[in-house]
Amino acid sequence: MPGITREEVAHLARLARLELKPEELDHFAGQLDDIIGAVARVSEVADQDVPPTSHPLPLTNVMRPDEVRPSLTPEQALSGAPAQEQQRFKVPQILGED
Amino acid sequence: MTTTTDLVSYEDALASYDPVMGLEVHVELGTRTKMFCGCSTTLGADPNTQTCPTCLGMPGALPVVNATGVESAIKIGLALNCEIAEWCRFARKNYFYPDMPKNFQTSQYDEPIAFDGYLDVQLEDGETFRVEIERAHMEEDTGKSTHVGGATGRIHGASHSLLDYNRAGIPLIEIVTKPIEGAGERAPEVARAYVRELRELIRALGVSEARMEMGQMRCDVNLSLRPHGREKFGTRSETKNVNSLRSVERAARFEIQRHAAVLNDGGTIIQETRHFHEDTGSTTSGRVKEEAEDYRYFPEPDLVPVAPSRAWVEELRAGLPELPLVRRNRLREQWGISGTDMQAILNAGALDLIVATIDAGADAASARKWWMGELARAANESARALDELAITPEQVARVTALVTSGDLNDKLARQVIEGVLAGEGTPDEVVDKRGLKVVSDDGALTAAVQEAIAGNPGVADKIRGGKVAAAGALVGAVMKATRGQADAARVKELILQELGVEG
Repeated sequence: MPGITREEVAHLARLARLELKPEELDHFAGQLDDIIGAVARVSEVADQDVPPTSHPLPLTNVMRPDEVRPSLTPEQALSGAPAQEQQRFKVPQILGED
Repeated sequence: MTTTTDLVSYEDALASYDPVMGLEVHVELGTRTKMFCGCSTTLGADPNTQTCPTCLGMPGALPVVNATGVESAIKIGLALNCEIAEWCRFARKNYFYPDMPKNFQTSQYDEPIAFDGYLDVQLEDGETFRVEIERAHMEEDTGKSTHVGGATGRIHGASHSLLDYNRAGIPLIEIVTKPIEGAGERAPEVARAYVRELRELIRALGVSEARMEMGQMRCDVNLSLRPHGREKFGTRSETKNVNSLRSVERAARFEIQRHAAVLNDGGTIIQETRHFHEDTGSTTSGRVKEEAEDYRYFPEPDLVPVAPSRAWVEELRAGLPELPLVRRNRLREQWGISGTDMQAILNAGALDLIVATIDAGADAASARKWWMGELARAANESARALDELAITPEQVARVTALVTSGDLNDKLARQVIEGVLAGEGTPDEVVDKRGLKVVSDDGALTAAVQEAIAGNPGVADKIRGGKVAAAGALVGAVMKATRGQADAARVKELILQELGVEG
């Protein structure tokens, strides 16, 4: 049983706004299937006595006090932006999602 | 937006259908820093001056949750009579949109910090309606987009957009109701009363100023109609970002009328988001949800679970302030006023001012009388809120003290208040400057009384003949002669005494 279908890859690509050609869909479906298969082996070794976890360390309640720390300067913040305008990140037209 | 929307009258809509609502309210917490990093949350800063690698979603940056943010969430949950999770996690809500540089919003999914509560709200006539709360969860606000090149600053027709991430990461609590059923024709009023009660509650808890006009509190109104007698809910529309109490009521009302028109024509309601327009009170279609939302939620691996100890929860519960509805009911009883009177006080924004005036020494009846009478009129005339008037509760209390001691009568007190509002100084300064003391000096009054008797011999004879009621005319003459500054009761006594008649 495949871990992921071609249709699911197409769906994920659409959600991520990636344009994939038909041959790319086939290609990635195969690759992702291999990856999912490899990761799925974890559940073979994890027995009933191993609870699922979302964090590698058994910690809870790691919090910080509500104290202001220095921010980046706007120049630093924008230094990696492909485009900027009026000290803001400039992004292409956003369509169809008003 | 040029197409007109078919509506049926509100009465006709309610005659055929039963509205069901769901309200989602987002509250921006008033913490000093963001939810997952130490950037400041101060409003009005220059664009992109309050960001860091964490809230910009830089690779390798790690979030740590704000303890005050969690505490505020628990307080809100407790005040809404919710259960507080013993253990819960954050989740990534994945979506592709530039308002979050991370391409996901850190939120909570199936493990909200608070769940299963209720909020009792009071309607205009004093009736109470219980709104059940589904959940309250922690998340973060998004950045602010500016759309450039479009005709109206809207996204359609824009050539590009500009992003300021100062707001990205500010703590938000999202409060979701269970379906609100059974409100019938009062559904829009219930929606408004709920949002107002929630706002009062949030303010009383001190976790946010919850100013809707500043975007610190925003409401989504979900609404559907079902034919009377049917159990199953109809398809709902989601009107987003309705940002004033009045708009919440109008949006619900509009959607009831619109849905009814569609259903009457045999049409089907499309599940979609809609935008509310303040100017027309109408909604227009936004994004159609073609495919079920696919946010691919999964537990946030960069944050550890939040497991509030029961001791902490109980400590927070013990520290909750008196909740607004309880306080209002207590004051209503103490003051001996009706629910309608209390509603009027609330609508006028006078409750806290009246309480402060009483705290400053005034009696409740006088405090209410001045704020709801003279001062409400003054506020109305200058189109301002009561708390924007140039008079403090302490000053109002001082005026009532001067009335109680007999130094001022009501008429003079009104002039004192007028003077304070006009910036002439404190009540005592206005009294001095304008010379507004009640004349209670018998010597001065007796002279004025004798003059009035001499000037009105006919009236004086009637009184001597036993018609005590006629004394009113002479009192009026004395008040006129003293420009209203005489103590009327004392004047009457002196007149009767002067004419040798028993009062």
